[in-house]
Amino acid sequence: MRDVFLFLAGFLACSVEMVEALTIVLAVGVTRGWRSTIVGVGVATLALAVVIAALGPALTAIPIDALRAVVGGLLLIFGLQWLRKAILRAGGAKARHDEERIYNEEVVAARAARSEVHAGLDWYSFTVAFKGVFLEGLEVAFIVVTFGSNQHNVGLAALSAVSALVVVLAVGLVVHAPLSRVPENTMKFAVGAMLTTFGIFWGGEGAGVAWPGNDAAIPAVLAFVVGLALALVVVVRRQHASVAGGAGGAGGAGPPRAVAR
Amino acid sequence: MRGFLRFWYDFIVGDDWTIALGVVLALGVTALLVHGGMTSVWWLLPLAVAIGLSWSVLRAAKQRP
Repeated sequence: MRDVFLFLAGFLACSVEMVEALTIVLAVGVTRGWRSTIVGVGVATLALAVVIAALGPALTAIPIDALRAVVGGLLLIFGLQWLRKAILRAGGAKARHDEERIYNEEVVAARAARSEVHAGLDWYSFTVAFKGVFLEGLEVAFIVVTFGSNQHNVGLAALSAVSALVVVLAVGLVVHAPLSRVPENTMKFAVGAMLTTFGIFWGGEGAGVAWPGNDAAIPAVLAFVVGLALALVVVVRRQHASVAGGAGGAGGAGPPRAVAR
Repeated sequence: MRGFLRFWYDFIVGDDWTIALGVVLALGVTALLVHGGMTSVWWLLPLAVAIGLSWSVLRAAKQRP
């Protein structure tokens, strides 16, 4: 049971971040050329590998209960932040993360930037690609390493990340431009719910709590978190509709279909 | 240095610092109760999440009509 959740959480978290990174890389690559962009992606990937290699052994040296409490707390904070944004977006109180708009903005910025070529590299392309891949990847690396160490299954966590990378790259090759077809808010909603669930479960275990049914409590916690989040989407949509003067709340009282974009 | 600290603050704490504070408090209270002999306080973290997330979301929704 835990392995399935571990794989799904890692896969979804990695997918979301990869979509964001790929949007930036595609915009720069298409606009300014691929050579320097790909070098930037490669260097960022190597830097990420170094971070993962340094973090992994350090985490496994910490006593398991302390690790679970710390990791559970961090996952809970991450998960709640993701879930909060996804709820606000689905409820209409926050602008959706628009990959098409981001892509167009990156294209305009890339075209406007001066070309600085040193050592055969266009440093604008290199820097933007490096930053995009490294920063988005860092969050995924952190989640994968903490998930993997906590479950003593870094291999499965890494496999979930690699699977997501393959899927997102395949989608990126097919759509080859804005990744707006990928339902990012839905994925963020799902990832937020899973991170929050693991955060509650591991945080509780780390603090010494005895969960009823042990691992069997995980689906129940997940159902609780999803139910709470969907209820909040409905409340936010109603609140948003009434504040916007939406003709007696029309359109705000239905099921949270906005989650599914 | 300032940018480095800012990056880690944004990375870990995010948009709403009260969520991070609430999580630390909820875990701390849970650990204290468990070490005081109450190992069946499994409901405390889900309850804290429900209260904290609802408060944060509804507050943010009011600020962005």
